[in-house]
Order: sequence, then C-alpha cells, then structure tokens
Amino acid sequence: MTIYGKAIKFGDNVDTDVILPGQYLVLTDPMELAKHAMEGLDPTFARKIRDGAIIVAGKNFGCGSSREQAPLALKYAGVKCVLAESFARIFYRNAITIGLPVLECPRVSSMVREEDELVVDLRVGEVKNKSKSLILQATKLPEFVLEILSDGGLVEHLRRRIGSK
Amino acid sequence: MNIIEKILARASGKSEVAPGEIVEANIDVAMIHDLTGPLAIESFRRIGAEKVWDSQRIVIILDHIVPASSVESAELHNVVRSFAKEQKIENFYDIGQGGVCHQVMPEKGHVRPGELIVGADSHTCTYGAFGAFATGIGSTEMAAVFVTGTLWFKVPRAIKVNVTGRFQDLVTPKDLILNIISQIKVDGAIYDGIEFAGPTIRNMSIDGRMVLCNMAVEIGAKTGIIEPDETTSNYVKSRTTKPFEPVKSDPDAVYKKVLDVDVSDMEPQVSCPHSIDNVKPISEVEEVRVDQAFVGSCTNGRLEDLRLAARLLEGRNVKKGVRMLVTPASQEVYLQALKEGLTKTFVEAGAYVCNPTCGPCIGGHLGLLAPGEVCISSSNRNFIGRMGSPKAYVYLASPATVAASAVTGKITDPRMLEEVNN
Repeated sequence: MTIYGKAIKFGDNVDTDVILPGQYLVLTDPMELAKHAMEGLDPTFARKIRDGAIIVAGKNFGCGSSREQAPLALKYAGVKCVLAESFARIFYRNAITIGLPVLECPRVSSMVREEDELVVDLRVGEVKNKSKSLILQATKLPEFVLEILSDGGLVEHLRRRIGSK
Repeated sequence: MNIIEKILARASGKSEVAPGEIVEANIDVAMIHDLTGPLAIESFRRIGAEKVWDSQRIVIILDHIVPASSVESAELHNVVRSFAKEQKIENFYDIGQGGVCHQVMPEKGHVRPGELIVGADSHTCTYGAFGAFATGIGSTEMAAVFVTGTLWFKVPRAIKVNVTGRFQDLVTPKDLILNIISQIKVDGAIYDGIEFAGPTIRNMSIDGRMVLCNMAVEIGAKTGIIEPDETTSNYVKSRTTKPFEPVKSDPDAVYKKVLDVDVSDMEPQVSCPHSIDNVKPISEVEEVRVDQAFVGSCTNGRLEDLRLAARLLEGRNVKKGVRMLVTPASQEVYLQALKEGLTKTFVEAGAYVCNPTCGPCIGGHLGLLAPGEVCISSSNRNFIGRMGSPKAYVYLASPATVAASAVTGKITDPRMLEEVNN
C-alpha cells in the first residue's frame, strides 16, 4: 500500500464546509461533488489536481460537520491521500470508511513544500519527501483500519466479510 | 471510571474500559436525516443487506432542507421516505411532524440517560445533556450500524469543566459555551469527551444544558455530557415510558484536564469570523453593522431562546435594513411559541418567522447570505461560506444578543438595549 503524489498544501482547521459547501449536499453523484471540492478555499482546486495529489495540512483537518460527502469529494477529485498534523475525528473515520487513506503526521506542514514529491507507505506509516530527501514518521494505522483501506472502503470490507461467512 | 467510560463499558459488555482502548459497542439508538440518510441507505444497499438490525432502534427525521427547496432535495426526501416504509421504521418524522433532529430526538423520547446513541450528524453530541453518550458518525458507518447494530469506538480521554456562579440577567449558556470554546480552542479537545459539571450546571434548565453539549463538537470533542439528575429524569419521564438506568462518574474518576469557569462576571460573548474560537466579550467587539439576524438551529431554537428573543423585541422593531429570521427548533416549540404569544411579538417587530429546519444555519436554504453581508446568528458555526457566500461574515452569539442587534442594526449587548435610542 504505497502512494505516490505531489503535495498540495493547506493550513490548520480546514473545515468540512470549505471542503464541500452545504449547498452541494443535495448532489448524489460523487463526480459532481468532486467538482466542488475545496471550493470554499480554492475554487480552482478540482481542475488543478486532475492528475492526482496528496493533501498536506496542519492541525484539525476536516473539523465541523459529519458529511461523508467531504472526503468523497476529495477522493473523486483525485486526492490520493491526506497527511495532516491532526484530524477531526468524524472526518478521519469517514475518510477510512470511503477508502481515502489518511495519516496523522507530526510536523508534516513544516517539512513539506507545495509540489514536493511524496511517497507514502501506509503499512509502515512512513512518508518520504523525495524532493528534500527526508523521511517523516507518521502514526501507524491499526491493522483493522489497513484492512478496510486495502479492501477499498467499509462497504467492500463488509461485503467481503459477509460473503466469506 | 467517569460517566463516558461507564456507558462505553456497559455497551461493549465489559466491566471496565480505559482511554485509548478500542471497543466494539452495541448501539441503543441510531438517527439519520435527509442529507446524510440517502448516502447511508445507498451504502446499506451496496453492502448487500436486506433488513436493518432493529427497526425500533432507528429514528429518521427530515429537517435539513425542509420543505424541499429543489427537485433534488425532494428526491432525497423520497429516498428516505421509501426506506422508512420498506424497513417498517415507525420512528419516522416527516415534514410537519417533527423539526430539527436534535430537538425532536429528546422531545419524542428517543434519548435516555445511560444509552449509547449515534447519529449521522455532528451535533448528535447534544444528547449528552441527558446523560447519554452520543456522537456523530458518517453515512456509511451508519449503514454498517444498520446492518450489525454495533460500531467500534476508541474510549476518549475526558476533560471536566466545572462551572460555578450565577449568570447575570441576559447572559446565557450560549455565552458560557463560547467562553469555554475560547479557552479550550478549536482543536483543543480532538477525540476527547467533555463533562460539564458544577452547581451552575445543576441549576441549569434542559434547554441550557443542550446548548453546552451541542457545541462540544466545535472544539473537536467526541461528545459533551452532563450527569443526569432530577431535572433530567423529570424531562425524560415526561417523554417516554421506556425504562433507563442513569449513570454517574465515580468520585475518583480520572480526567485529562479540569477547567474551572465562574460565570458571575461573564458578559455576553461573540464568536467572530471565521473561527469559532475567535471569541470576544461583547464590550471588546468594535462596531459591526448587521444585514441579517438569525435565531434558530439545534443550538438555540428552543423555547427558552425564543422567549428571550421575544422579551427583547417586545414593543420594539427590527431596524430598517436588517432582516431577522426566526426558526423554532420543532413543531412543538413552534406551537408553544404561538400559545405564549411569542410568534406574534416576532411578527409585530418585523421578524420573519420560518418553519423548523436547519436551512439557514447550514447555508442550505432560507436566507443565504450574499458576498460582503454580515449575519449575527444564534447557531453554531461561522466557517467561511457556512451560511451562504464564502465572502459573507458570520458572528455567533446568544439569542438575546441576536435580538438586540436586530433592533439596533449593529452588534449590541442586550443589557444595553434599554439605553439605546431605537
């Protein structure tokens, strides 16, 4: 479970209302949600990251509402992983649930610059900054969370579990 | 153990749990609404499940975009309606039968002390006011609950907030929670539980307690909770005949941190744009003119809030050029407001009384803000774009401060209203 991508940076306390504004919660197609990802902070975000990106942020990423549409919008916009110094708990759980990898990574904000090339090893909990030849240690995900992510999300995970019974 | 640990231990069939431990717990009640429900239902189908684990333990409430403001929202309502019918979910509150979910849940007797409640909404933590452990989860996790009746939890560390002193007139629990938020900060309680305690809490009404627990999530907390007492029991028993077992913290319970707050000298507080912890005592807020004033939401749309707003509007007028919106939190609150003449006071003052809904608070419908506009609101979030345009400004305050500001057209200390020339 290794992820490659360029960093796109945000600050502290990025809330779910800027990740996906409330007026779009009536949309049900994830590709439509993706068009509005991060609209509250950067209306050009969805176009900018078409080829995939790794979000690097500060403290308390995803604070605010419980809307699962927020991590969904990021995932379908092409975000491959979110690295933050800390996460708000509902966003954190939702991201794992829909199969968007998230890692708590202390000091990541100061050790990564915009567009730096990153390699994230989820199993080991390690972030390599190739542009700076640095290795950052992240909080390792528990085994059952890695299992959910490797299945592609909680729905797929439960289907597999129910199917294998 | 503290009250949170005790509830999680009971729900996971253990005699003891400790912070950091991951437990699989049985869910007592699960709630969805019209914006998180459809996604939960879709995930439920994708999992391949046919029947929910227990239709009696599921509550469905239409409240976020009601009545439908677009064809899309009407369709979402129908997805939820047909699911309720198909799964024989009796606790389904359609438009006109309920109101804002976090008000309807306790009103209709779905919240009981000692229980473990999850809702697909971040403000589910409101039910901690009744001594329940309640927290918000996402839609797909809710689908997993619908299938299995269980969910994993990491036992949180707890922060205890001890509150003493008597509020000055027109200073409210909203001012207290904004003050606490300014002390703990927006990320100061990530993953923690917050227990509100002390004599001021013991003397506080149910409406006031709900304001405190409701906003625990704004500092990242998993839940806010208050030990149940006579006030709790009286309320719950008037709403349900189902039995419940109140749980209290042990005298030797362990807390990560204890915060003492004395409300005696507290003045009204205002949370300024664009972060909830950007809180100032009202005397330090420089002159801010307002375009819109909003009283409502799951934070402050209850009877006590409407009474307070009406008290300030009685015999006065909403200033020309200001729009004031009032949304009672539920049909029951609406009806009582009518009986008490509060609605008449609002209408006579020039306020616009809308139906119970989450609409304005989430920037969903009813009263969205244009770029550059300023709103003083009794709701819970002032994120960029929360109530409409990303270029609008939202100030959060108590219903008293909102009403006083609607009268003067600028952010105003409700205690000074008598002195202001209307």
